Amino acid sequence: MGNDIARQLAHLDEEEAVTRIVAHLDRFWDPRMRRTLQALAAAGDDTLDPRLAAAARRL
Amino acid sequence: MTTLDQPALGEPGGYAPEPDLGTPPVASQADATVTIDGRQVTVPAGTSVMRAAAVAGIDVPKLCATDSLKAFGSCRMCLVEVDGARGTPASCTTPCADGMVVSTQTEQVQRLRRNVMELYLSDHPADCQGCARGSCEMQAMAVTVGAVEARYGNGRDHLAESSYDASNPYFDYDPAACIVCSRCVRACGEVQGTFALTVEGRGFDSRITPGGTDFLSSECVSCGACVQACPTSALQEKSLIELGMPTRVVDTTCAYCGVGCSFRAEVQGTGEDTQVVRMMPAKTGGANEGHSCVKGRFAYGYTNHPDRQLHPMVRDSIDDEWRVVSWEEAVAKAADGFSAIQRDHGVGAIGGISSSRCTNEEVYVVQKMVRAAFGNNNVDTCARVCHSPTGYGLNQTFGTSAGTQDFKSVEQADVVLLIGANPTDAHPVFASRLKRRLRQGAQIVVADPRRIDLVHGPHVEAAAHLPVLPGSNVAFVNAMAHTVVTEGLHDEAFLRERCENVDSYLAFIARPENSPEATEEVTGIPAEQLRAAARLYAEAPNAAIYYGLGVTEHSQGSTMVMGMANLAMITGNIGREGVGVNPLRGQNNVQGSCDMGSFPHELPGYRHISRPEVRAIYEDLWGRTLDPEPGLRIPNMFDSALAGTFRGLYVQGEDIAQSDPNTQHVEAALRSMDLVVVQDLFLNETARFAHVFLPGTSFLEKDGTFTNAERRINRVRPALPPRQGKDEWQITCDIAAAMGFPMPYAGAHEIMDEIAATTPTFAGVSFARLDAEGSMQWPVTDAAPHGTPTMHVGEFVRGKGNLVETVYVPTTERTNRRFPLVLTTGRILSQYNVGAQTRRTANQTWHPEDILEIHPADAHVRGISTGDLVELSSRVGSTTLRAEVSERMPAGVVYTTFHHPVTGANVVTTENSDWATNCPEYKVTAVEVGVANARGLTDAEAAARDEREPAGRS
Ligand code: SF4
Ligand code: SF4
Ligand code: FES
Repeated sequence: MGNDIARQLAHLDEEEAVTRIVAHLDRFWDPRMRRTLQALAAAGDDTLDPRLAAAARRL
Repeated sequence: MTTLDQPALGEPGGYAPEPDLGTPPVASQADATVTIDGRQVTVPAGTSVMRAAAVAGIDVPKLCATDSLKAFGSCRMCLVEVDGARGTPASCTTPCADGMVVSTQTEQVQRLRRNVMELYLSDHPADCQGCARGSCEMQAMAVTVGAVEARYGNGRDHLAESSYDASNPYFDYDPAACIVCSRCVRACGEVQGTFALTVEGRGFDSRITPGGTDFLSSECVSCGACVQACPTSALQEKSLIELGMPTRVVDTTCAYCGVGCSFRAEVQGTGEDTQVVRMMPAKTGGANEGHSCVKGRFAYGYTNHPDRQLHPMVRDSIDDEWRVVSWEEAVAKAADGFSAIQRDHGVGAIGGISSSRCTNEEVYVVQKMVRAAFGNNNVDTCARVCHSPTGYGLNQTFGTSAGTQDFKSVEQADVVLLIGANPTDAHPVFASRLKRRLRQGAQIVVADPRRIDLVHGPHVEAAAHLPVLPGSNVAFVNAMAHTVVTEGLHDEAFLRERCENVDSYLAFIARPENSPEATEEVTGIPAEQLRAAARLYAEAPNAAIYYGLGVTEHSQGSTMVMGMANLAMITGNIGREGVGVNPLRGQNNVQGSCDMGSFPHELPGYRHISRPEVRAIYEDLWGRTLDPEPGLRIPNMFDSALAGTFRGLYVQGEDIAQSDPNTQHVEAALRSMDLVVVQDLFLNETARFAHVFLPGTSFLEKDGTFTNAERRINRVRPALPPRQGKDEWQITCDIAAAMGFPMPYAGAHEIMDEIAATTPTFAGVSFARLDAEGSMQWPVTDAAPHGTPTMHVGEFVRGKGNLVETVYVPTTERTNRRFPLVLTTGRILSQYNVGAQTRRTANQTWHPEDILEIHPADAHVRGISTGDLVELSSRVGSTTLRAEVSERMPAGVVYTTFHHPVTGANVVTTENSDWATNCPEYKVTAVEVGVANARGLTDAEAAARDEREPAGRS
């Protein structure tokens, strides 16, 4: 699901895409989903889009 | 209509039909003042003498005229004398001229009328049933003009031997009673736009026929406009034949689709014994102006279907039998269960889902209960699975989540761009309006994979049909905008004055990858055809976009909504009548349920939950602190349920087990929960997983409001008290109270008062104001005290319109060798959504099962013929249904509806969803189709038939 968001923003440069992903997750995601995502990112889950992972670390 | 031995119409408390002024209103700047029978009256110039007389309180006898149809002038009943003019002109076809002096009751015209009437009566059965029922306008007219004896014969119709046609499940046609006034023929053409009826033969031998066959086998779509128009009992509702005339009227609103038609429920009896005789569309209804479709007019039988549940029930496990209990016990079990889950698993472990079928008031209290009594934001609505991308997309671009126009606006449109919607089936009354506009010369471009009826039909010929391949909408809309911008057809002045991000958007859209040539392969639309359509749209004085679920239910649904908003903005087609971006909403109250804060991130009025000043409004009023973080959306609830962190769910009037994608996943999630509370009319699919069942009310028992797709707030008024003994909002309030948060209201009107007090766009709304005004379109504020038919006039709600770069990103759902076809889904006229209501009515006659439509070439290579049972399979599941080989579909795409649980089309749809809102991607699934093994039903299907639908799948 998060990967879908990253895919939509793939045309932007890295910094802007990550900022927008963070904003989207803040606005629309339940905190427990954000925590799950953070945990996946921390564990280095390689199914995460790298920009999503970057966003997760910034949440 | 009255007879002498029945109480007069219009008596206080009695039944009266809606007034009929004889001919339609005329819009004119100039006035004409005329004198009729000594009374002076001023009307718009061009108004008929008949209508002017009616306005002055004088009824001129009439038979072939009715105010929903253009004057016809055939019956000669309405003759009048005009000072200074020769002869006796027909008042229905004579326009008023200033200073005219008219007499409607001279001896000469009275004699002429009597003669005409006696002629009619001589060819009319003396024992006509319409007389006895008192439903016949002609009989009343005969009394008025004093034609009592038939001097020309003994009243026996020469068509008496013709066949009585009872084939339609809702109305009968009795040719013997027909006077060939052709009101029905004209209604079918002018009002409905189907043109199913014709006059056959000439003179004395002429008769009405639905194309030489019976009504059921004809082109008739059973809208009932002809029945409503018929002045005799030749066309008559079966229910009226059975029950007799109604005795009272309740003004209310249809509970089916997002058109939100106003109805007069014409009923007999009072209290619990109330029986609906017929539903009559109200001419005063803002959305429908006297018209309706087969669902609203006829398909109300589900409200007292034997499957309807009238008692609360509980059980400890979903394998147990249901046990009927008192309201107190059921409410206590729900409340205690929810509290226990929160104690053991945290505040966020429970949530609620509200229904777009319920009233604003019922939906509002659900989100209030979740936010204040549950103390979290885990509230979502079934709009998630249909129009959540509309919410996101229109909010980002225009600043609010709503269609920009009223329905009437289409009467000013010159070009209509219809995308991913099939209004003749899903929004029939809007379709009738649209078709009327097309007959007047407006053009339509249909962008839809399927060749829907509006591509080609009676008096409708689309300027273009663009069969956009499922999944390529954004590429398509970008190519449209690219053409507009690169060919210099955009409205530079509008963009500079009204919009922002103009330069970056124009640069983005002009990029070669967005050109029709570059996207041709993805969209399947030849570049030249697309360019022509774009020019047509851009060059029209007024061009309007209408769209449906074919836009939203995609992985890029939200992007597509923004793409359409972009297209409207770059051409300046926003902020006046005849233009705009208009979602055609599925269910009756999708708009309302979204408005009422049913989304986990938004309070009522689309205000984000993170805004402290908005939370403060509710915290002060409710005395509870609100959680500033968004809660779970429906798909997230299911995921969290499977993960064990979400364990209790309250579901109001929504069959999530059937209507949500990937049924297996949903069922597993529901199974894993500790407490599922279902509130519904029927023991639906979701109730199979429930522990508490709370019976709901039908729209005939509700007091409240629905908001339709044009933001029109319409009143729903009870024709009878709740059959299960409790208002639905009260049930929700009882649960909240049992959890320690009382929500006391003396009635639904107090809930609306709270909504108005806390939501700026509803500030001027109250039941009293709605009763006085009929309906109002939000925003209703100090600045717009009567509501707002057209939005974004002069300025967008967000200030400047926001042009968003809409990059096309293909869906991950791809066809391959194993699944080479794309499945897309839709609706059919006679059925509604998952069919819980319509399947329990005679609408089953037209659509007893879901059908798979497949292109002849695809069918041929698979050896499939029409009528074959075929297996439809995708990566996630398979189901069996009957095939229809159809050229409506492009090669490579198959289509089905999802009205029947036994088909379970959602068994095959995937978990893909819109990136921004999680709206499921129902419209794109890679599938394969093959002839099913020659066999009957599978065990599972048989079980579905037997168990899920306990009684009478009539
Ligand atoms: S019911 Fe509607 S579609 Fe059918 S014949 Fe009458 S007007 Fe036409
Ligand atoms: S068009 Fe929609 S709202 Fe109107 S009668 Fe039909 S179902 Fe009801
Ligand atoms: S009502 Fe005027 S001619 Fe029939």
